[in-house]
Amino acid sequence: MAMITADPKDVPQVASFSFTPEYMAKVEEQISHYPPGRQASAVIAVLDLAQRQQGWLPRAAMNEVARILGMAPIRVYEIATFYTMFQLRPKGKYLLQVCTTTPCWLRGSDAVMKACQHAADGEMFSVQEVECLGGCVNAPVVQVNDDFYEDLDEASMNKVLDALRRGETPKPGPQVDRQTSAPEGGLTTLKGE
Amino acid sequence: MPKVKIDGVEIEVPAGITVLQACELAGVEIPRFCYHDRLSIAGNCRMCLVEVKPGPPKPQASCALPVADKQEIFTQTPTVQKARKGVMEFLLINHPLDCPICDQGGECDLQDQAMAYGFDRSRYHENKRAVPDKELGPLVKTSMNRCIHCTRCIRFATEVAGVEELGATGRGESMEVTTYVEHALSTELAGNLVDLCPVGALTSKPYAFEARPWELTKTESVDVLDALGSNIRIDSRGAQVMRVLPRLNDDVNEEWISDKTRHAIDGLRHQRLDRPYVRTKGKLVEATWDQAFAAIAAKLNGLDGSKIAAIVGDQCDAESMVALKDLMTSLGSPNVDCRQDGARIDGPRGSYIFNAGVRGIDQADAILLIGTNPRTEAPVLNARIRKRYLHGKCPVASIGTAEDLTYPVERLGAGPATLRELVDGKLGFFEKLKDAKHPMIVVGMGALAREDGAAVLALAYELAGKLNAVRDDWNGFAVLHTAAARVGGLDLGLVPGEGGRDVAAILDGCQKKEIDAVFLLAADEIDTTKLGKAFVIYQGHHGDAGAHRADVILPGAAYTEKPGIYVNTEGRVQVGRRAGYPPGDAREDWAILRALSERLGKTLPYDTLHQVRARLVAVNRIFAAIDQQAPGAWGPVGQPGATSDAPLKSAVPNFYMTCPISRASQTMADCMASRAHLMAAE
Amino acid sequence: MLGDKDRIFTNLYGVQDWGLAGARARGAWDNTKGILDKGVDWIIDEMKKSGLRGRGGAGFPTGMKWSFMPKEVKDRPHYLVVNADESEPGTCKDRDIMRHDPHLLIEGCLVAGFAMRAHAGYIYVRGEFYNEAQHLIAAIKEAYDAGLLGKNACGSGWDFDLYVHRGAGAYICGEETALLESLEGKKGMPRLKPPFPAGAGLYGCPTTVNNVESIAVAPTILRRGAAWFAGIGRPNNTGTKLFCISGHVNRPCNVEEEMGIPLRELIERHCGGVRGGWDNLLAVIPGGASVPLLPKAICDTVLMDFDSLRDQRSGLGTAAVIVMDKSTDVVKAIARLSYFYKHESCGQCTPCREGTGWMWRVMERMVTGNARLEEIDALEDVTKQVEGHTICALGDAAAWPIQGLIRHFRPEMERRIRARTEKLAAE
Repeated sequence: MAMITADPKDVPQVASFSFTPEYMAKVEEQISHYPPGRQASAVIAVLDLAQRQQGWLPRAAMNEVARILGMAPIRVYEIATFYTMFQLRPKGKYLLQVCTTTPCWLRGSDAVMKACQHAADGEMFSVQEVECLGGCVNAPVVQVNDDFYEDLDEASMNKVLDALRRGETPKPGPQVDRQTSAPEGGLTTLKGE
Repeated sequence: MPKVKIDGVEIEVPAGITVLQACELAGVEIPRFCYHDRLSIAGNCRMCLVEVKPGPPKPQASCALPVADKQEIFTQTPTVQKARKGVMEFLLINHPLDCPICDQGGECDLQDQAMAYGFDRSRYHENKRAVPDKELGPLVKTSMNRCIHCTRCIRFATEVAGVEELGATGRGESMEVTTYVEHALSTELAGNLVDLCPVGALTSKPYAFEARPWELTKTESVDVLDALGSNIRIDSRGAQVMRVLPRLNDDVNEEWISDKTRHAIDGLRHQRLDRPYVRTKGKLVEATWDQAFAAIAAKLNGLDGSKIAAIVGDQCDAESMVALKDLMTSLGSPNVDCRQDGARIDGPRGSYIFNAGVRGIDQADAILLIGTNPRTEAPVLNARIRKRYLHGKCPVASIGTAEDLTYPVERLGAGPATLRELVDGKLGFFEKLKDAKHPMIVVGMGALAREDGAAVLALAYELAGKLNAVRDDWNGFAVLHTAAARVGGLDLGLVPGEGGRDVAAILDGCQKKEIDAVFLLAADEIDTTKLGKAFVIYQGHHGDAGAHRADVILPGAAYTEKPGIYVNTEGRVQVGRRAGYPPGDAREDWAILRALSERLGKTLPYDTLHQVRARLVAVNRIFAAIDQQAPGAWGPVGQPGATSDAPLKSAVPNFYMTCPISRASQTMADCMASRAHLMAAE
Repeated sequence: MLGDKDRIFTNLYGVQDWGLAGARARGAWDNTKGILDKGVDWIIDEMKKSGLRGRGGAGFPTGMKWSFMPKEVKDRPHYLVVNADESEPGTCKDRDIMRHDPHLLIEGCLVAGFAMRAHAGYIYVRGEFYNEAQHLIAAIKEAYDAGLLGKNACGSGWDFDLYVHRGAGAYICGEETALLESLEGKKGMPRLKPPFPAGAGLYGCPTTVNNVESIAVAPTILRRGAAWFAGIGRPNNTGTKLFCISGHVNRPCNVEEEMGIPLRELIERHCGGVRGGWDNLLAVIPGGASVPLLPKAICDTVLMDFDSLRDQRSGLGTAAVIVMDKSTDVVKAIARLSYFYKHESCGQCTPCREGTGWMWRVMERMVTGNARLEEIDALEDVTKQVEGHTICALGDAAAWPIQGLIRHFRPEMERRIRARTEKLAAE
């Protein structure tokens, strides 16, 4: 939520960054999706790959992305600060992205947020308030790294956090007895009749 | 041509323009912040909203809307007024109320438009946004709380200056204009950002808190820090030049000036020669004019003309040059030269001017740069080439050392041999030039100011012939000078007369004691150690190289302190005006020469500026056509011959210090240090 | 009521296999070549006749949009771009299409791409939908492997490449020109229009941007016929529609229903009713965060389609129904949306950049009543100063929820202000 709009001085920048061969192959695959000369189109994807490799986006990584894509570094900084999924500071192992927009708030995201904030230690868990995640009929929703955990309350959130602490991967999706976005307790359509 | 109705008045306008431009043609003023004639359209400030029929039932941004036939445009409806007032209110809610301490005060678009669309109190009861200031180098001071996010600065840096270093990070109300990594911009055009900023977010650092615009006397003049002859306005308070701003001239500098043009002016306050000096027992001692003239007369009287020589500096006005030339003639000396750098130019006028004119760049469709770095030699002209490049279908190539010109340049090679190959059609770029309708060959002093300069010039001439680049409807032969005085000097014939010596020969003569007295008219770019034991008279405004070596110093006036005519690299005759008087006992240069001539018993035949200017016209008719670019005659130039392998290096390796004024400028020193720091960081 | 036989998204909940085999079993990719063989004009004509209006929120007729593309491909290639940047609060339907029935979308892309003479399509998926994008990527690979995409797609003689492009967290990229900017590797800042994308879109080439649902329903419409689709719903509001019902209902869900279904029926049939019963209803936001809310009285009878909701000065938007019962702090619910728009404003235009922050801050004070009564009018005036004055519709979207609140709940706002004033006076 707190957007960083200038080079953060209190961040331990890394001296250099380069993609590993595995990541570089993915970078090249992404660039191949666009017409020749339009490689800047891959900037979001390539920044995302850098973030996945490094865990966050140090300036050195942004500069390397700029170099690979033939973009001016400032254009890459603009992108990295415009889109909220780019993390310009180191994060914990699990980034808890708690949706608190109205549909989630109506169904108790305050309590879920409380549970997450309580767990946030900066190493295992970092917490971030995010805007609508697009899982509104399964509110409240928390995105943990890439996965959505849905239909949460304080207790089920804590269960998820405990499992993560133990090194387990709790099953993403609804944390109540429910088939994805179908009504809880049984289908009203598509019953196969 | 579409016919539109603006506020009920029908007007015919050119097709393809915007509604805002149509309104301007109709004399209807449209307020704006983000829109700028010479930048891409952003349409983000929303100040220029108008109502348009046919169109959606909401106001439209006139800056971005194309005109269409039978369009009805309404600029004064209640909806429009309300929209503008709304935008103004939004701009002001987060804008600090610090006009009393803001350098933009008095010339602020926001202030001016708030008079028309603002309200006298605020409905905004929340805290105003606080934005950290940014470090943009020695010239641009930031106060980012005042930024209204019009993005003019970003667009200028990206589009005109060609340095993609400014951007807007973040988004929404957290959006910030920044370089992100906090460094000076690597451009020679940074000062223009300050002009473009419609508010006080970007102001001039050297001028910070120096003056209010209404205290300043404004004088329209011409710049002499490079050979482009940018049109400038000198703002002064009393005798002091406070700042230099660009004047609009689409033929020359559009509305840009270089950082040196704008910011070397603090050099006018330092190391000035404000009284005559005479060297006595090896030391320069303050003297009266009378004593100085006496010392000169004592030396020159009875001296054979062939033993006297004169070298003319790079920033001299035409008046002083003609006076010097006339004086030398009356003394019987053919040893006059205005080419301090030894450039091998002496052909017909067409061989030493930028024939196509700066405007011709817009027309060119293939450009070859020979021995020139326009970015350091004339940054505003370089921006014009960049503009042409961006417009498309205009390849640019260079022969010389590799330089970053802010646009892609195909580097063909380093030395004259490459030019030879090109002339012989052995390089691919030859075809591009040949196919071009308007090929342009830009020849810099780096190609001509060298031993084999005449041979290189001959090659360029040959190339022009092969490309048919010089013809009735187009003259693509373009010499880019680095000295503001040079074309004027050549036009006035300040080159060796029959049996006369050029600069190299003069210096040679000094060392061989064949030359006994040398008159340096503000000439500081020569190797003064080669003046031998000659008696040196230095007339100029700064205590630079020439003055240090002088036996007699005659304090003259800098370009801001005298009326003067200058001929720019295009051959355009322009008039500079006096913004203030020279310091102390210093005087206008032609008048000094006139006074000296009387003392030498060779009284020059003019007593007033008018008469001097009449003399200019008598010497060369082109001086009668002010602001015009007279075409130059064309004919074989240069001297075919052997060339060396040495690379063609730009004549201006260091943009920031090229003359006595810029060398005396602390601001230019700061810019140099900042640039060096930037280069080291890379 | 819509029967299952008329449902397009028959694996909406992911009960069945989302892969190619499952999709084929449900009827997808059935003689796609036959559809393409009928030609561009037939396809566009059918789409027009079906009455399908864009499912992304604005409701612009899809067939007409396709017809805006140049009739011939000249020096610039044509592009299809699918807007899968689903971010409008309350909306989560495209997510289900991508993760549970991606082949409907992929087949739709081929058909739509063919109809607009495009050889390449990009699906712009919001960055947070990582797993959904993975399903889509896998499904696209299946389609390539089966010869359904790529060279001579489906044996039709038409070459068509399809790529997934992930975003990285920016609501504004749901605006079609911001999406194109983002797709070109820039900040998602909406473009000035004209030119419109059909003239100069992606890379300056003719481009059409469509919502996921609009594209995904196209093959079924073309297979079953325009008349079938047009026969569902009401005139000018035809077909089936995915509804997302969130908030204070007993069983929130996504469901495909007939356009024009009464709001109350939608909630009671599929969501187990409003929490605490219909009479416990306070208000409903019927079409995603940007449309004005409706108080219970209107909800009692309103039909869920473009025209009836427009008549109530609201809108169908994305058909994301956010239900609020009487326990809701309605001012806070809207204030949270104001924060959302402040957070998501791209910052380009003055009214939106400055206005969204202003509106949110005043709304926060309205929550506690920390304001003067006349500030309600001032706030409404500010919303009007934003609305209609910006490059894109985000400004409007930020203004409308507040306008709706003031329209229907002004007494509540005044009550809070008075209560606070009285409390302060008493102290």
